[in-house]
Amino acid sequence: MNADVSRFVARDMAPARSPPVAAAGLWRWLRHNLFQNAASTFLTLTGLGFIALLAPPLWRFLVSDAVWHGGPSACVAASGACWTFIAQKLPFLTYGSYPEAQRWRVDVVVLAGFALIVWLLSPRLAHRNLAAGLFFVAFPVAALVLLHGAPALGLATIDTSLWGGIFVTLLLGLSGIVFSLPLGTALALARRSKLPLIRFAAALFIETVRGVPFITVLFLANFMLPLFVPVTWEPDRLLRPMIGTALFGAAYMAEVVRGGLQALPRGQTEAARALGLSPWASLRRVVLPQALTIVIPGIVNSFIGLFKDTTLVSIVGIFDFLGAAEAARADPKWQGPSIATTGYIFAALFYFCCCYAMSRWSQGLERRLRHGPET
Amino acid sequence: MAMIIEMAAVNKWYQSFHVLRDISLEVAQGERIVICGPSGSGKSTLIRCLNRLEEHQSGRIVVDGVELTGDVKKTAAVRREVGMVFQQFNLFPHLTILENCTLAPMQVKHMPQREAAALAMTFLERVRIPEQAQKYPAQLSGGQQQRVAIARALCMKPKIMLFDEPTSALDPEMVNEVLDTMVSLAQDGMTMLVVTHEMGFAREVATRVVFMDSGQIIEIQAPEPFFAAPQHERTKAFLGQLLR
Ligand SMILES: Nc1ncnc2c1ncn2[C@@H]1O[C@H](COP(=O)(O)OP(=O)(O)OP(=O)(O)O)[C@@H](O)[C@H]1O
Ligand SMILES: [Mg+2]
Repeated sequence: MNADVSRFVARDMAPARSPPVAAAGLWRWLRHNLFQNAASTFLTLTGLGFIALLAPPLWRFLVSDAVWHGGPSACVAASGACWTFIAQKLPFLTYGSYPEAQRWRVDVVVLAGFALIVWLLSPRLAHRNLAAGLFFVAFPVAALVLLHGAPALGLATIDTSLWGGIFVTLLLGLSGIVFSLPLGTALALARRSKLPLIRFAAALFIETVRGVPFITVLFLANFMLPLFVPVTWEPDRLLRPMIGTALFGAAYMAEVVRGGLQALPRGQTEAARALGLSPWASLRRVVLPQALTIVIPGIVNSFIGLFKDTTLVSIVGIFDFLGAAEAARADPKWQGPSIATTGYIFAALFYFCCCYAMSRWSQGLERRLRHGPET
Repeated sequence: MAMIIEMAAVNKWYQSFHVLRDISLEVAQGERIVICGPSGSGKSTLIRCLNRLEEHQSGRIVVDGVELTGDVKKTAAVRREVGMVFQQFNLFPHLTILENCTLAPMQVKHMPQREAAALAMTFLERVRIPEQAQKYPAQLSGGQQQRVAIARALCMKPKIMLFDEPTSALDPEMVNEVLDTMVSLAQDGMTMLVVTHEMGFAREVATRVVFMDSGQIIEIQAPEPFFAAPQHERTKAFLGQLLR
């Protein structure tokens, strides 16, 4: 009996050994990822079939048959994409009819906006409170002054009817982000307020806006806003859809943020209160940092949706990127069978790049904000 | 001796459920009260009324000369003097250990960051985990987290510490490191109210043991007689269950 047990019981301390080297190699990887069983083999082969079907014509259209040099005449009979058209029209697609000499103002605003976003969202950089203040308060004001102009500062006024292209799309997207997140957070908090009236007002707003298509919100903002304010302050024609976008985004953001607030254990606010933190300090230092981190995927999802929805503003006469692409392809100088397709492919690439970048960034951000051992 | 906590005929209901019934209790400065009783008897509710995490509906609660009435300023004044440690630690997971400890002194007392950090380090040394200051709560063991929670409360230099089952969420081998910290706190003269079923702790440090059942205080005794000769049937039954 004793002799038996001794076979199972360690007599010496076992030294730590290094883990076994995974049986590496291409073959193993293929087996594991693509051909693990019949179903995955079938899916792999079907996928390969689709690629084989789609890749050659795409390659021909986008690269080998595409027109890379020359003017409008080169594209007249082209069977591939007409990239010279994009190259020629790029300034127009980017800035709309914003006067050429003043386009640096747009560049400054867009670059400053992106720099601030990077600063705001990179946990490693210092003074992020300052960045938040700049981004949510100073930046919108400065951007408005710079873009619209201030004769007193020697900046010529540029009417918003000349604004257009990628710049307006980014402007709508950025303003949507700048205003919808704080507004949505405020709405989410209001919806959980102890005061029934505030709770009701927030719920009414959120449910109404969410229950209505974006186009309706845009039309309402476009045609109804002027009725509510004195004629002298009549909101600018670009400002109206911006307000509509922000309100629409805020309603969705409110529900996303509310999810984060609900996911937070009650003990967190209790600990903050027990330590004597004021409700405001507890919100700012304990509740929101955690609730917003939890819902980063939802927030980014909303931003991506909002960013793409902004294409609908062309319906109320705003000349955004897609509107500019439409206008560009209607140019009688550029006639060719592939002009329209080229324009749409370029637009698709642009939107895809923006949205994919947002998505990747949010994944990185989530990883960095998640503290403690990986779960 | 002046009473630092006075509860007189305190009643509380959750909707129609009468959770605290005519609770009267006076605690002198420096006393260590252990509160025990069956689950659902209202122990947590009682100590949570003392820093107004829960509000009572009738009766008087006076803490360090301030009556808790619902007045925001009075509540704030009391919370500044009363530290609390929870069963689930409730550390802030997005802040480092050091930041957990400096948050309240900086936000509530407007202490400069450096001073707050120095203060936090002295208390982290007291609970014997200064080397973990830069880690995040999820990287610590349960026992270490609970000691951080104690240090975090101490950073506000409270006159009274409330503990709500501080060791019940811990693995057995970590219970003692937390109890040791609490014993040393008691030896320094801290006024403590501890909800716990650690009867060894009660024997060692309590000045009085309070036994609660269905929202009432059934018995208050010094630990010796409480364990040797409980007066009430329900106390006997409870101790019988616990010590079996
Ligand atoms: N927010 C609440 N709403 C309604 N009932 C509650 C609430 N909180 C607690 N109760 C009830 O009040 C009673 C007392 O709860 P309390 O948490 O004070 O008990 P306890 O003595 O601390 O028990 P335990 O040992 O399980 O922690 C329980 O029956 C509980 O179900
Ligand atoms: Mg309890």
